[in-house]
Amino acid sequence: MSTVASTAPRRAWSFRQPSVIPGFGLTLGFTLTYFSLIILIPLIALAVRSAGLGPEGFWKAATDARVLGSLRVSFVTALIAAGVNVVFGTLIAWVLVRYRFPGRRIFDAIIDLPFALPTAVAGIALTAIYAPNGTVGSLFAPLGWRIAYTPAGIVIAMIFIGLPFVVRTIQPILEEVSHEVEEASATLGANRFQTIIHVIFPSLMPAILTGFALAFARAVGEYGSIIFIAGNIPFVSEIAPLLIYIRLQEFNYVGATVIATVMLLISFALLLAINLIQAWSRRRYGYGN
Amino acid sequence: MATKLRAQTKRRHSPTSERRSVQLLLIGIAVAFMAITLVLPLYSVFHEALSKGVGAFFAALGEKDAQAAIRLTLLVAATAVPLNVVFGLAASWAIAKFEFKGKAFLITLIDLPFSVSPVISGLVYVLLFGAGSFLGPFLKSYGIEVLFALPGIVLATIFVTFPFVARELIPLMQDQGTGDEEAALSLGANGWQTFWRVTIPNIKWGLLYGVLLCNARAMGEFGAVAVVSGKIRGQTTTMPLQVEMLYNEYNAAAAFALASMLALLALVTLVLKSVLEWRFGEEIAAGNH
Repeated sequence: MSTVASTAPRRAWSFRQPSVIPGFGLTLGFTLTYFSLIILIPLIALAVRSAGLGPEGFWKAATDARVLGSLRVSFVTALIAAGVNVVFGTLIAWVLVRYRFPGRRIFDAIIDLPFALPTAVAGIALTAIYAPNGTVGSLFAPLGWRIAYTPAGIVIAMIFIGLPFVVRTIQPILEEVSHEVEEASATLGANRFQTIIHVIFPSLMPAILTGFALAFARAVGEYGSIIFIAGNIPFVSEIAPLLIYIRLQEFNYVGATVIATVMLLISFALLLAINLIQAWSRRRYGYGN
Repeated sequence: MATKLRAQTKRRHSPTSERRSVQLLLIGIAVAFMAITLVLPLYSVFHEALSKGVGAFFAALGEKDAQAAIRLTLLVAATAVPLNVVFGLAASWAIAKFEFKGKAFLITLIDLPFSVSPVISGLVYVLLFGAGSFLGPFLKSYGIEVLFALPGIVLATIFVTFPFVARELIPLMQDQGTGDEEAALSLGANGWQTFWRVTIPNIKWGLLYGVLLCNARAMGEFGAVAVVSGKIRGQTTTMPLQVEMLYNEYNAAAAFALASMLALLALVTLVLKSVLEWRFGEEIAAGNH
């Protein structure tokens, strides 16, 4: 083994492996230039503005009561919405993959509606439905429950935009779970419930976690579908992206930058978590997406 | 053997599936959830749009500012989508056809805009080109307005739709490998001929799929565009911004009329997307959708 390694010609470190296909320099050069101009330089501008405040100034602006209030509203509602999406998203993925029923393909297609429907349109539609005189809102109004113009409305909008992330993450994994392990489990005397909990569910866990993180990240950053239904009362139903927008309208660029930086740091941490979950699931189960 | 078969036919359901009654219950819950969260909002857009009659519906669409908004939205999409297509092709060529260091990191970076809140996507350009920046006053001295004008809207739209085409094409082209291109090159084709006559036909449906999703988001983007547009009526209001303006002026019927056009776009996108998936499933996805 060691002799083979020592006699093999040692290749110098190279940035890329040789290939007969042309166009590497052109395409990678264009990719990096375009990425830098559109994404990297603007994000660096944001970081530079934040850094210019100094740690003390940044901390003071970030811990402003209204900023903390908006972050709390955003994260708590996003957490609840992502939780609801995980429960129903898993159920929907299960039903769409495992069962056959009339209209299945149509429902499968319509899952992607929140990706295709502009957020402002979703926002006014949800507001119309959940307002006290709307289709659903009028059912709850006699009970004294208000949905639109309260944090509950924010959760509703976040459920709408987050649902496809959970369903579309779980679906392909569920399709790959092999039937043999279920058969083996049944042969060994497990009932259906035990098989689902102890055999199928663990292999879905990484996908469920990824779906949760994706839905949560999207919900935290969401703006368009929420502002119509939220009511936008500071400390109660004012989300962080809206506060950024308000600060910009006041030409308070520093305030806007600080909130944006805090949100970005949190979403990058989430992105890292998603990548770690996926790397872990690939190691553990040999697949992932 | 015979007793075994009889025993099996006696079972009311397969050991690797649920009782039909349980299935129906789960299907019922999933369908009800999808109906309330997805179908109802879509229905209510069209219902509200026509609530004041067909005449009012068309009057709202024919209104001068609505027309200007529709033209601006088409113009923005017609600029942003082709640019992201060129980027998507370049990035997927570099990533799928070559092996180089840092490739996985580059793929992660391309997805970055998905984890940035739309409001922040707009904010970064305000910081880059707004008052107090270096670039803004410099460009203004040459008579170039970026913020509160078309270039800013296009830039913000490119930012939020940045990954769409690339993330469709990268896994697809990685799956297809480099065999076809190498064959074409060895038969004497040059790089461009190989690209146009071998690669493009191989990826055309996947490319169309990416363009479809990119376009839907480009036309519907709200948060990022709201920050950079300045919302000058008839000049820098895209369709989603015009919807918001009308809605906030308590002109709900007109807002929903314009919103229904965007909802129609979403429906067409979903139908075309589903047709592509059913018809060319193998050719558009590398096991991802």
